Amino acid sequence: MSNVQVLVGTRKGAFILTSDGKREKWDVSGPHFAGWEIYHVKGSPADSNRLYASQTSGWFGQIIQRSDDGGKTWFQPGTPAGEPTTTPEGMPVGESNKFVYDDSAETGKPLTTHQFYDGTAKPWVFKRVWHLEPALDDADTVYAGVEDAALFRSTNGGQTWAELPGLRGHGTGAQWQPGAGGMCLHSIILDHQNRERIFVAISAAGAFRSDDSGATWKPINRGLHSQYIPDPTAEVGHCVHHIAQHPANSNVLFMQKHWDVMRSDDAGDSWTEVSGNLPTDFGFVIDVHAHEPETIYVVPIKSDGEHYPPDGKLRVYRSRTGGNEWEALTKGLPQENCYVNVLRDAMAVDSLDSCGVYFGTTGGQVYASADAGDTWAPIVRDLPAVLSVEVQTWP
Amino acid sequence: MITVVMPAHLRTLAGVSGDVTIEVDGEVTLRSILDALETQYPMLRGTIREHVSGERRPFLRFFACGEDITHESPDAPLPQEIASGAEPFYVVGAIAGG
Repeated sequence: MSNVQVLVGTRKGAFILTSDGKREKWDVSGPHFAGWEIYHVKGSPADSNRLYASQTSGWFGQIIQRSDDGGKTWFQPGTPAGEPTTTPEGMPVGESNKFVYDDSAETGKPLTTHQFYDGTAKPWVFKRVWHLEPALDDADTVYAGVEDAALFRSTNGGQTWAELPGLRGHGTGAQWQPGAGGMCLHSIILDHQNRERIFVAISAAGAFRSDDSGATWKPINRGLHSQYIPDPTAEVGHCVHHIAQHPANSNVLFMQKHWDVMRSDDAGDSWTEVSGNLPTDFGFVIDVHAHEPETIYVVPIKSDGEHYPPDGKLRVYRSRTGGNEWEALTKGLPQENCYVNVLRDAMAVDSLDSCGVYFGTTGGQVYASADAGDTWAPIVRDLPAVLSVEVQTWP
Repeated sequence: MITVVMPAHLRTLAGVSGDVTIEVDGEVTLRSILDALETQYPMLRGTIREHVSGERRPFLRFFACGEDITHESPDAPLPQEIASGAEPFYVVGAIAGG
């Protein structure tokens, strides 16, 4: 019997929602890390029992949590539960919460400044981890996208972290600036077909690609047009909200930009707009059907000033043509007086034969569709504001 | 032995349910207390003081014998009552958010 586990990060803790392959009845566990902001929880493709979570707080900073039993128990990987917290010499063991920008002469890049909202220069300061992306074939390797924007990697199960400084230091960093949510690296895609290729996206800098496992990077923003920046077609400076890739067709990428839904057929070298007949092309999430590379999902949001669905109707839009032609999916979703938002990491798909689609709202609902979006039902209605949704599938 | 009182979230992280006791070698100061606390509970490193700069996180304050010592020198000796354990050392989270 197949099973599905939905990993939900919220403003006040993490929740784990489990069901069988029918996806009709759900068990809810949580809150885990009650009271803390959980920006992201994600499972390892290499070991489904291995989960990583980003736990953060304006009071106490960044905590990395790890589970080796599918989310039943958690620990900080630098300080395993039940083991001594110090070495025999009295020194603290691993520091899993420590993210230090690499400015070493040997491997790092001198810390430059980036732009602030008002155009002044600000130094890089670590704030939190937005996204954790476990490696495809090694449960102990995991990538972290952080604010202020940079990419880190751990190769020891989250015990210690090292920056991949080629991204922040490749040359355009001084032009990056924060979006409304901060200057964050929020999207990480590890290419299933080209294992040395990594895509990331930063708000508000744009999308970037490495073809050598993260050593060197280049911007991939040609074709993006952002009227809200001084040069609408600049190499960097675009507020990319999220990017998604179908694993079977990895040169095809889809992007929800601040405004505009975009696609690329050449691994990001060029982008074309596919907003088509969407009621508004502002939004945050975008995802791809698990088995149909040209079937994609977005949740249109009215505008950057009004972060809720148009007309108070919560509608997922699906395109079966890779964009441009969109249909509204409304069955089971509120169609009046709905003014929630759906944040950038809060949509995911499962990999069962009938693809399941899931998304969470700032109103605390997590909706699920077991039929690729045709019909929807809430798994839970009253969680804290949802920051992220991920899915694990056992066929 | 020095008694340290922490906010609930830090107690949870440290895996303790109440006040904690620590030993400080040498002079008892704000810095030496925090150093000893982080050595005994390394999962708290970075939560009270920022990892790299060592600066106090802005929403936290420190109290000893009813006095706010947040902005005192971190190397100033603390009262004997703290050093002897007669009075606890407080790490206090600011009330923020309304």
